Amino acid sequence: MLLHAAVLLPLLFTIFVPLLYKAFPKLHTGWAVLAVPVVLFVFFVMQIPGQMNGGSAQSAAIPWIPALDISFALVLDGLSLLFALLITGIGALVVLYSISYLSRDKEAIHRFYVYLLLFMGAMLGVVLSDNLIVLYGFWELTSLSSFLLIAFWYKRDRSRYGALKSMLITVAGGFAMLGGFVLLYVMGGTFSIRELVAGLDGFSGDALFVPAMLLVLLGAFTKSAQFPFHIWLPDAMEAPTPVSAYLHSATMVKAGLYLVARMSPVFAGEAVWFWLVSGVGLATLLWGSYCAVRQTDLKAVLAYSTISQLGLIMSLLGIGSAAAHQGMAEDAVAAYAGAIAAALFHLFNHATFKGTLFMVVGIVDHETGTRDLRRLGGLMALMPVTFALALVASFSMAGIPPFNGFLSKEMFFTGALKAAELSLFGVPGWSALFPIIAWAASVFTFIYCMIVVFKTFAGRFKAEALDHKPHEAPLLMLVPPAVLASLVIVVGLFPGLVAGSLIEPALAAVLPAQADAYHVKITMWHGWTTELFMTIGVVAVGIALFLTLRYWQGIYALLPGRLTFNRVYDGLLRVLDRGSLFLTGRYMTGSLRHYLIYIFAFMIGLLGWMMLRLDVLGGGSPVYAELSFYEVVLVAVIVLAALAVPLAASRLTAILLTGAVGYIVSLLFVVLRAPDLALTQLIVETVSVTLFLLCFYHLPKLRKEMAPLPFKLGNALISVGVGLVVTTIALVVSGARKFDSISDFFIAQSYELAGGRNMVNVILVDFRGFDTLLEIMVLGIASLGIYALIKLRLADGEGGERLENK
Amino acid sequence: MEVLLCIAAGMLFTVGTYLILAKSLLRIALGTSLISHGVHLLLLTMAGVKRGAPPLLGEEAQAYTDPLPQALILTSIVISFGVTSFFFVLAYRAYKELGTDDMEQLRGQGDE
Repeated sequence: MLLHAAVLLPLLFTIFVPLLYKAFPKLHTGWAVLAVPVVLFVFFVMQIPGQMNGGSAQSAAIPWIPALDISFALVLDGLSLLFALLITGIGALVVLYSISYLSRDKEAIHRFYVYLLLFMGAMLGVVLSDNLIVLYGFWELTSLSSFLLIAFWYKRDRSRYGALKSMLITVAGGFAMLGGFVLLYVMGGTFSIRELVAGLDGFSGDALFVPAMLLVLLGAFTKSAQFPFHIWLPDAMEAPTPVSAYLHSATMVKAGLYLVARMSPVFAGEAVWFWLVSGVGLATLLWGSYCAVRQTDLKAVLAYSTISQLGLIMSLLGIGSAAAHQGMAEDAVAAYAGAIAAALFHLFNHATFKGTLFMVVGIVDHETGTRDLRRLGGLMALMPVTFALALVASFSMAGIPPFNGFLSKEMFFTGALKAAELSLFGVPGWSALFPIIAWAASVFTFIYCMIVVFKTFAGRFKAEALDHKPHEAPLLMLVPPAVLASLVIVVGLFPGLVAGSLIEPALAAVLPAQADAYHVKITMWHGWTTELFMTIGVVAVGIALFLTLRYWQGIYALLPGRLTFNRVYDGLLRVLDRGSLFLTGRYMTGSLRHYLIYIFAFMIGLLGWMMLRLDVLGGGSPVYAELSFYEVVLVAVIVLAALAVPLAASRLTAILLTGAVGYIVSLLFVVLRAPDLALTQLIVETVSVTLFLLCFYHLPKLRKEMAPLPFKLGNALISVGVGLVVTTIALVVSGARKFDSISDFFIAQSYELAGGRNMVNVILVDFRGFDTLLEIMVLGIASLGIYALIKLRLADGEGGERLENK
Repeated sequence: MEVLLCIAAGMLFTVGTYLILAKSLLRIALGTSLISHGVHLLLLTMAGVKRGAPPLLGEEAQAYTDPLPQALILTSIVISFGVTSFFFVLAYRAYKELGTDDMEQLRGQGDE
């Protein structure tokens, strides 16, 4: 139950945010909101001992829709705990940071915190849910809150564009993921992840297994901005910087990684999973780091860097999945499990150093008014603390000791080297690409890390490019990045602090079967290993390339070139826009006749087809009532009068002919033993004809229908079709009675229960009295409408509009 | 008898539909009127006609004609009266305000 409370707390607190905002006009609402992540963080920290040393997972379930196997089931294991700590911990820092970043006077902070809390609750729901459908719901809720947060400054074009883009891509992926979940349910018979893992042997050979995996991966790849779906992340940087730090680097984009890690026990044994996850991860790593170097906007550099780092973690998860393959040697299993440990460790490290960097960039933006690298420089002396924080975080990201990024980068190299031993597609040489790509991407990573620090803080100070002189940020704004930066150093020096408490329980959740084979031990010094030489190479080549950047920058004009994925996205969107406009324009013509034709054609098609299929007229010999001469005459007159209406030359004739039909119908009612109907019909017909004549005294003369022959023929064809269908239906239903009528009840009881002898009247005013009451209401509304229409005189003000229409 | 009524209902629907598809508001209004007559005949036919005395208990008959469809039709007559009269006044007012009763001219703008 406490788990449910933890997930629901942020969601419920959103209700109070606007109230607090109104009630305390002096207080920055952020202070009140801050309590939520802090309380949750403390709660989750208290859960750490329970998960250490092979502690069992906590779970709690509330039945929701038992018939569909959907229950609000939450499970807290090592992996969930790691994510929950990131969500609440970084969340607390981000809220603290936002208090000084967003001013109460200028921004709609109450909306901001509502969205932020919405996200926090949704994200906690994602990482704690055991039921796939519930997970999907929370997953889409994170996309939705991300949309709202990116579009926070909704008056900017770019914000709306970025918000829409992220929404379209992640929700489309999420939808694919839902399909994957349903396939898993079809195979495994349950939506519970734990039960799926337990029953894996029963369905892992199923034909739907790989399609389900591909669909789930599509969801993960879009959410975690993997190549080629990465294009939404740079545009998402239009969000306020605290949001970028929180959603688009530390938590939400890691939901895809979480999903891959969470589903690893299900899919990891499959070779496709290994190649796809590690391959896409490496491609993203390389492409992201390559693109990051050419950006001129600081936040864009960080966006591409985030893409690249997400790719790194993704590829590690892919490499590590080899541990679950059949027939692995004991030491190989341990080595691949090490890759998963590296992924989880880097996930944590990335949240710390990238969070710091985003907050630093936010400070720079806040103080100088720009994030453009071409206008920045030399801020070192003006903002020494900020510079120090940026230095620590960037060097950690670049993989330089003694920071935590160095440790996980070394472990990444270990994993890549290990993967090189695998034979890819049966050809051993291919897998050598793993360490090569890893190394090349690390060089680019090193370069953009240097760009972030030195282009901003070193070099010449360009006072003329800035609107006002920048100075150091207020203390409150420096605290959150300082906390994260100190984590970068502390974890770098004492990795054992997190290895046993966070990484190992999480690893046990990702590789439940292989967890015993590997114990997470992270140390700074391994001796003169290949990994260390690779790092030295990265630093040496990186420095050389950074210094010579302007000589080789020209390649960026060549390689991404004209064909970027953004163009594909924009093009698709345009095609969709125009296509739907064209298509809608084709059939939504604004002509009543066309719409009626659709309805009638559909009716003829559907009913006619069904009747043909069911062969309704065949079989059965219904007993018909006898036919008398009067009836034939009456029906003949009805038909003739009706047929004459379209041919009538004047409106008077047409109205009178219609009236004639009505009167003969009432005579027919007499013959058919329905006296009440006959009376009513006579009165109504008289009033209608009078009304028609009154109205049409004012209407134009009936013109001859000036329409081309095909128009008339088409109308006639549809009319005959409708007539035939109706006749057939009438014949079918009058010929066959499938069950007894309820009328016997009315006949028997009308005097007993209602004391009336006229059954029709009794039904109307007694048995179905409410029907009649509502009918009277309909008539009342109609008469009000008629009165209003007759009285209606468009005033002069509205008359202008009238003229326009002419 | 039923067959004849079925055909009559079908004819009323045919003519009504043809009128509804026309351009002039007057024809459309008359068309709805005819279709509702067709519906009434259809409802009555469904229950089977002339199966006994009129549904009045004073008749002391052995069997009565089904009263339920009659009740439904009674409701329908009144409602369709309301709808038709509203429609007519609407047509009248539209003509007064817009100067045309041609549906093709009353259609919405292309960019709406």
